[in-house]
Amino acid sequence: MSREQLNDRNVQQNYFQVDIADYPTTGWGKFKRVVARTFRGELFVGLWVVLREMIKFDIHTVRYPEEKMPIGPRYRAIHEMLRLWESDTERCIGCGLCEKICVASCIRMDTRIDEESRKEVTEYSINLGRCIFCGYCAEVCPELAIVHGPRYENASEQRAHFVTFEDMLTPIDVMKAGSQKEFEGFGAVIPGSDESVKKTPLAY
Amino acid sequence: MDTAFFIETIVKIVVILTVFSALAGFGTYFERKILAFMQRRLGPTYVGPYGLLQIAADGIKLFTKEDIIPAGVVGPIFKIAPVITAATAFMAAAAIPFMPEFTIFGYTVHPIVADINIGILYILGIMAVGLYGPLLGGMSSNNKYSLISAARGASVFISYEVVTGLSILAPIMMVGSLSLIDFNNYQSGGIGSWMVWSQPVAFILFWIAAFAETGRTPFHLIANDHEIIDGFGTEYSGMRWGLFFIGEYANMFFISFVMAIIFLGGFGDGSALGALALLGKVAFLFFFFLWTRAAWPDVRPDQLMWLCWKVLMPIAVVNVVITGIVLMF
Repeated sequence: MSREQLNDRNVQQNYFQVDIADYPTTGWGKFKRVVARTFRGELFVGLWVVLREMIKFDIHTVRYPEEKMPIGPRYRAIHEMLRLWESDTERCIGCGLCEKICVASCIRMDTRIDEESRKEVTEYSINLGRCIFCGYCAEVCPELAIVHGPRYENASEQRAHFVTFEDMLTPIDVMKAGSQKEFEGFGAVIPGSDESVKKTPLAY
Repeated sequence: MDTAFFIETIVKIVVILTVFSALAGFGTYFERKILAFMQRRLGPTYVGPYGLLQIAADGIKLFTKEDIIPAGVVGPIFKIAPVITAATAFMAAAAIPFMPEFTIFGYTVHPIVADINIGILYILGIMAVGLYGPLLGGMSSNNKYSLISAARGASVFISYEVVTGLSILAPIMMVGSLSLIDFNNYQSGGIGSWMVWSQPVAFILFWIAAFAETGRTPFHLIANDHEIIDGFGTEYSGMRWGLFFIGEYANMFFISFVMAIIFLGGFGDGSALGALALLGKVAFLFFFFLWTRAAWPDVRPDQLMWLCWKVLMPIAVVNVVITGIVLMF
């Protein structure tokens, strides 16, 4: 491959200079331009284009509440609490790092030491009205327990809107079906990004 | 004047009013759907099957909305302006034959409210009076953008009255009558006898002027949405705004009927097929109003005036002169 081809950073470079005639100065020139424009039939091109689109009926509307566009893997929406694949129990160990790191102070949790002297989460809530979805909680979590899910519809009646541990925890039937989704998270590759990546224009 | 004629006229008026008020609603539906399809959208879909009940929803909304008369407007004129638009649109329909005459229960019905011998002159005159709706509405609104729009509307309407009148003069000279029934009968000999073949220039001119008269998109400068919000309708809300809308859409239907009858053979020989053909022609002309809205950009006001006075009017005059010379020899 030659250097020139590699240096060509534009995917498609088929620009061309539009042939713009000089502005007519004489009355006769203006008249000729009007006549030429009148009979060139460009208006019918416009009519044909929209009629063609109507006949093709290639509708691009996403009927939103029923259909949704796929969302990127890096998107940080409402949190989810994941379960362990091995035992189906929750991953959260109650370390409290998420509560500590939360810049909006929207996470509140209570823990206790249970009978087997393991730490157990008793209360856990996130105030989504305060949450700025910065993703620090998911980033700091040592067990990959709290992650961001793809659910972005969080309209609420009040400014304060709480989700609890049970709301965020993967339902046990989803877990049994093996369809719990791991959060690919920060730096995850966007689907189809291989195709849109351009080659480095370096020849060496 | 006997009782049967009186009752028949009343019934015809009621039928035309109800049918075309409803059609104005359906016109908005078709406009939204067709524009949507041409722009790869779906248009209204949620209310009723294929969004058909959207018309009812819009109607309920318009009727129940608060009737706001803003402070500073000239109250009586502000209130009467939309009525002028809607009323003149429907008054113009009085001289339009919507169907060939038919016999029902042994009684012959003429589907025209008044077959006056100056039909087309009356229609053009009443449509010209329709100018007072936007003009008075914009002037009384206490809003400078409404005022600009009203001034534009007045200039456009008055200018294009000239083109409409002159372009239609040549067909009138050929037919020798101003009644739309006579126009129809003149062309009753099939497609070959349509006026559009003998007067193509007049047809094009009238068609262009029809866009200006109804304020549709290539000449949508009266309620110029993208520049002066809604023009003369900015301060209007609820049913008063709805009356402007009904007037605009009724005007589109009526001018489509006039074009179909004058240039495209009307209902032909008066058979049921001819009546259907008339409806088909009107449907196409109405569709064309929507089609151009999807396809073409608006022109500037000065271009519109230039087009009217320097291009269309001279062509119309030349057309009249040539028609006169041809008719003489």
